[in-house]
Amino acid sequence: MHTPHTPATDRTSPAKGASPIELVVISGKGGTGKTSIVGAFAALASGAVLADCDVDAADLHLLLQPEPLRRETFRAGHRAVIRTEDCRRSGTCKEVCRFDAVQVHDPGPNARYEIDPVACEGCGVCVHFCPEQAIDFPESISGEWFVSRTRHGPLVHARLGVAEENSGKLVTLVRQAARKIAVEQESRLLITDGPPGIGCPVIASITGASQVLAVTEPTLSGQHDLERVLQLAGHFGIPAMVCINKVDLNPEMAAKIEAACAERDVPVAGRIRYDPAVTEAQVAGRSIIEYGDTPAAHDIRALWATLSREWAS
Amino acid sequence: MQVAIASGKGGTGKTTLAVNLALAAPGPVRLLDCDVEEPNAHLFLGVRIEGRELVGIPVPEVNEERCTACGACGEICQYSAIVALKTKPILFPQLCHGCGGCQRVCPTGAIREVLRPIGELEWGRRGELLFAHGRLNVGEAMAPPVIRAVKRWGRPPASAGAGLAKTPFIQVQPAATGDGDPPAESPAMTLIDAPPGTSCPVIEAVRGSDFVLLVTEPTPFGLHDLRLAVELVRRLDLPCGVVINRDGIGDDGVEQYCLAEEIPILQRIPDDRRVAHAYSRGEAIVEALPEYREQFAALYAALKEYDRHAHTAHTRD
Amino acid sequence: MKVAVTTAGNDANADVDPRFGRVKNLLIFDTETGEHEILDNSANLGATQGAGIQTAKRVAESGAEALITGHCGPNAFRTLEAAGIQVITGVEGRISDALTRFQEGSLKPANGADVQGHW
Repeated sequence: MHTPHTPATDRTSPAKGASPIELVVISGKGGTGKTSIVGAFAALASGAVLADCDVDAADLHLLLQPEPLRRETFRAGHRAVIRTEDCRRSGTCKEVCRFDAVQVHDPGPNARYEIDPVACEGCGVCVHFCPEQAIDFPESISGEWFVSRTRHGPLVHARLGVAEENSGKLVTLVRQAARKIAVEQESRLLITDGPPGIGCPVIASITGASQVLAVTEPTLSGQHDLERVLQLAGHFGIPAMVCINKVDLNPEMAAKIEAACAERDVPVAGRIRYDPAVTEAQVAGRSIIEYGDTPAAHDIRALWATLSREWAS
Repeated sequence: MQVAIASGKGGTGKTTLAVNLALAAPGPVRLLDCDVEEPNAHLFLGVRIEGRELVGIPVPEVNEERCTACGACGEICQYSAIVALKTKPILFPQLCHGCGGCQRVCPTGAIREVLRPIGELEWGRRGELLFAHGRLNVGEAMAPPVIRAVKRWGRPPASAGAGLAKTPFIQVQPAATGDGDPPAESPAMTLIDAPPGTSCPVIEAVRGSDFVLLVTEPTPFGLHDLRLAVELVRRLDLPCGVVINRDGIGDDGVEQYCLAEEIPILQRIPDDRRVAHAYSRGEAIVEALPEYREQFAALYAALKEYDRHAHTAHTRD
Repeated sequence: MKVAVTTAGNDANADVDPRFGRVKNLLIFDTETGEHEILDNSANLGATQGAGIQTAKRVAESGAEALITGHCGPNAFRTLEAAGIQVITGVEGRISDALTRFQEGSLKPANGADVQGHW
C-alpha cells in the first residue's frame, strides 16, 4: 500500500526531554552517494541515533555492521486468500477486483480461482462480496525491523519482504523507534538515510523532520531529480539543503545546480569531489571517514561542519 | 517481447541501459519509462511529445440526499478513506486506493466515483522509437496507478480498451493536448525502465515482462541490492540476466554471486570517464561514443535470440 | 457529559499520552457520575493507515463530547469535528488534574490540528 503513515502526530512527547534534531538525507535520484554520506556522518557525529529508512534496499548496515538487539515483525494490512474447497466458482471475486489479482487456472467447469498475493491490494472487496464467503482475509507479515548496536551508536533498520507493500508504514515505524531511542538517550541528533524517489516511503521519511539534506550529482538527471525532491520538501514545509557529490565530474553542470539552488534560496552545504576511495571504503566495509584522509573524507568533514553550524544557530 | 530493466539499488544505470538499448536496436522499439517518481529517460532522447493525459484514481463522491448513513461504506474501506459516523460519511480522498468497494456496497446508490488526478502520462516519438512516460505529482504517494497507465499505453489499443472497460482503476482522461490515440504500430520490443527498489512500484513495472535485465555495480551495495532484485524476479517467476555497469570498480562479489546462482552476465559497461561525462550532459552513450553501439546492439540481438528460443520451447511443450 | 482522554495507563492517575492516533488506551470519563471506563485502542497501534481517523471514530462511538490529548493531526481533527467533539490539545500531566481543569473550564478547545499529519 502506498499511503501514509503517522508523521508528527505520533511523535513521542517533547516534554520528556528536548526534541532531537532529525536530519534526513534523501536524493530523488538513486545512487548519488546518500548512504556513503550517512555512513560518514555516523562516524563524525558523537552520540547520534541512526535510522535507515531505505527499507526497500537498505545498505547502511553494510558500512555499520550492526549487532541486532531487538527484532520485530512488521504487519501491513491484510491479503485475500481463497479457500479452494469452499469456492463454487461464481467468478464474483474476479469481477469485483480492480487490481487484476484474481487468477483463474484451468478455465471451465473445474476452474481453480486463486488470488495472486503480489497483486492483491488488500482492499477486501472480494472478501465481502464472495457469495460463499470462501475468502479469508488474514493479516500479512511483510517485513522485519531491528534495533541494533553499532560502533557509532544505535541503529534502527528494517527489511521489507521482497515484493511487499507499504514501505511507507515500515519507514514510519523505523522513524518512531529511532526517535524514541533518541529521546530516551537524550541524543541531540537523529540521522536518517532516506529512500530514493518522491513517493510513499520518501514522504513517510521526511514529514515532520527538522532538516532535509538532498544529495545530488552534477548530471542532467541529477538536476532534474533534485528539482522534484526540493519541491517535495517545500510541499511539506521541511527546510532543505543540498550537497553536490562528485562535483568535479561536470563543473558546468555543477554550476547550473548551484545557480538553481540560489534561485530557490536553498543553501548548498557541501561539495564532494569524486574519489575512488569511497568505493574502496565500501568494499572494506567502512565509512570513508574511517578509511583515510582522502579528498572525499575532507569534503564530507567540511559539509558536516556546515551542518553543525546550522544547528548551533 | 517485453523486457524490463530493473535494479534493487538506484543509480546503477537502468535508464542508461534502456535508452542505449532502444537507440542501438535495428528496428522500431517502444520505450516505457515507468520510474514515475523520477522519470529521466526523456532527458537523453529528445523525444517530441505528442500527447498527454491525466492519470487518476477513482474516488467516492457521496450524494447526501440518497445517503441513509447506514455505515456500510466505512465498514468495507480498508484505507480509512471513507468514514461513517452517525451522520453522513466523511471522505479522505488522498487515502483512497480506488478499489470501488464503497460504491459497490452502498445500498442506496448514493456513491459515485470521480477521478482524482495523481499524475500524468505523456507520449511521443523519435524516429522509429515510440516513447511514453508517467510523472507522479509531487506530494502524491501512490506510484503504481501511474505506472499502470504507462504500461497500458504500451499495449495494443484493442486490448487496452477492453481492459479499461473492466477496470476503471487506471482510467485516463485525455487532457487538451495531443492528437488522440497512441500509435497503433506494434514494435518488436518493448523496453520498460523500472523504478529502483523491490516493493510495489517495481512489481507493477516488471509484471508481465518476458525477461528482466538487472543492472548493477560491482560493489558491496550493488551486490546486496542485486540479491534482493533476483529474489524479486524469482518470486515473479521471470527469467533474468545481469548487466554490470561501471565494470572495473569495486570487487568481484557480483561476479562470484552470478556464477554461484547461474545467472548470465549479459553485458559489461566499463567504468569509463567519457561515459560518465556523456551521461552528465544528458547524452546517450551510443551517440556520444559510437564505438559503444555494437555492444548494445549485441545485447539487443541476444534478447531477441532468447525470445525466439523461449517461443520455440513453448510451442514444443 | 463524557470526556475522552488519551493514555498509556489504566486509570486517572496515569498521564495524558501526547499521541492520539496510535495511543494505547482511551479513558472515557463521565462528569456526572465521576466514573470512567478504559477502551483498548491497541488495534490501531499497528493500523495500516488512518490510525487517527479510526481512533477518532472510536471516540465518537464512545459517546464522548470532548477529547483531551497532546497532539492531533488534521485527518483526526476533521473526523472529530464532524462528530461534534470538542478537541483539546497540548495537555500534559496527570489525567485527574487535566479533568479537574477541564471541569473548571480552564482548558480551551483547539481550532484546528496542532501538528502536521497525513496530507
